[in-house]
Amino acid sequence: MIPRPRPERFRLRRSMMFMNAQKPGLIKDAYIYGVDSIMLDLEDAVAENQKDAARFSLYHALKTIDYGDTEVIVRINGLDTPHWQEDIRVCVAGGADGIRIAKCESAQDVLTVEKAVEEAEKEFGVEVGRTLLMAALESPKGILNAYEICAASPRMFGVAISGGDFRKCMQTKPTVSGVDMLVARGQMLIAARAAGVQCFDTVFTDLDDTEGFLAEVRQNKEMGFDGKSLINPKQIRPVHEIFAPTEKEVAQAEAWVSAFREAQAKGIGVFTVNGKMVDVAFIPGAERTLKLAKACGMYEGDLV
Amino acid sequence: MKIENNAVAGTLESSDLQVAIEPIENGIELDITSSVMNQYGRQIKATVLETLERLEVTNAKVTIVDKGALDCTIKARVECAVFRSCGKSDKNLPWGGALK
Repeated sequence: MIPRPRPERFRLRRSMMFMNAQKPGLIKDAYIYGVDSIMLDLEDAVAENQKDAARFSLYHALKTIDYGDTEVIVRINGLDTPHWQEDIRVCVAGGADGIRIAKCESAQDVLTVEKAVEEAEKEFGVEVGRTLLMAALESPKGILNAYEICAASPRMFGVAISGGDFRKCMQTKPTVSGVDMLVARGQMLIAARAAGVQCFDTVFTDLDDTEGFLAEVRQNKEMGFDGKSLINPKQIRPVHEIFAPTEKEVAQAEAWVSAFREAQAKGIGVFTVNGKMVDVAFIPGAERTLKLAKACGMYEGDLV
Repeated sequence: MKIENNAVAGTLESSDLQVAIEPIENGIELDITSSVMNQYGRQIKATVLETLERLEVTNAKVTIVDKGALDCTIKARVECAVFRSCGKSDKNLPWGGALK
């Protein structure tokens, strides 16, 4: 058995890759790709008559395979199916880091899952509160209730939009500009930031359209997403590159943070660095840039 | 567990295996075909027998077609076939108990 460290609610999640929990060939070496999180899927990737088999496969993978620093999330079946309760039991018993709630539409959905997770933690002798939660918003109702969903539980670390189902509800299809989902993405981002959780974009399914994929990831970063859901290992590297800060941003963040700490020690609130005014409002962003830079191997200092 | 009905679990994809189980009266009858029989046949047999013993299955005909599965996959597929044969594979499974 591989003991996993206690999951961290806030960690780097630029890339979250789906993998079918029913396919041993996929899940046995998922950690080699260097993805930030893997999402083992019990939901749509698994045929209705193989839901049971997928759980056995998931349980032994969680117990046997050393995923190292890769976060292990499991996507469970929707609350409108007969599968989700057993899905939760196996996730908790196997020691998954977190659970992704599919088709989440309300705070009540989060609370329903949380209750079952807590019961499973008690049943299997897992520390209560260990298992994290995230929600996938897949419908207009989910987007409208984004804030209450994000704020529903201290276990919640983030929300993701699920483009396929959402576009189906909205009767739209993917566009080059992203205008079809612009409002939904924006509303979810505002809700996530208001609740203090992370926010992830949907998958890009056309693996042959590299330009389209890169454009969408760039837009994700500009809009303020923390990361993106992925379906193929070849999507990981470009996401990490686009989400990485530039050298200039890292140098600036380092200068700001160190100048701020010096100024603070002297009792100075606002000051200038290379001719630009800096005060306390700039510092959390600069610290986040440095943390990201550290994760990308671009910064080795000790300010963060 | 008593094997009640014929049941199958797993696939013939690479890194997987297919397990078929049938009720019989006189002990364990095990038939293994594997793409890595020469290197791992003995290990596969040991894992299958150990899993059946853990589930207290004493009478069964078990037919395995292995495509190079890891031990954890062998356990998962054998367990699934046994629980399916009893109609108990869907809920309230003994994770961490008989299943480990």
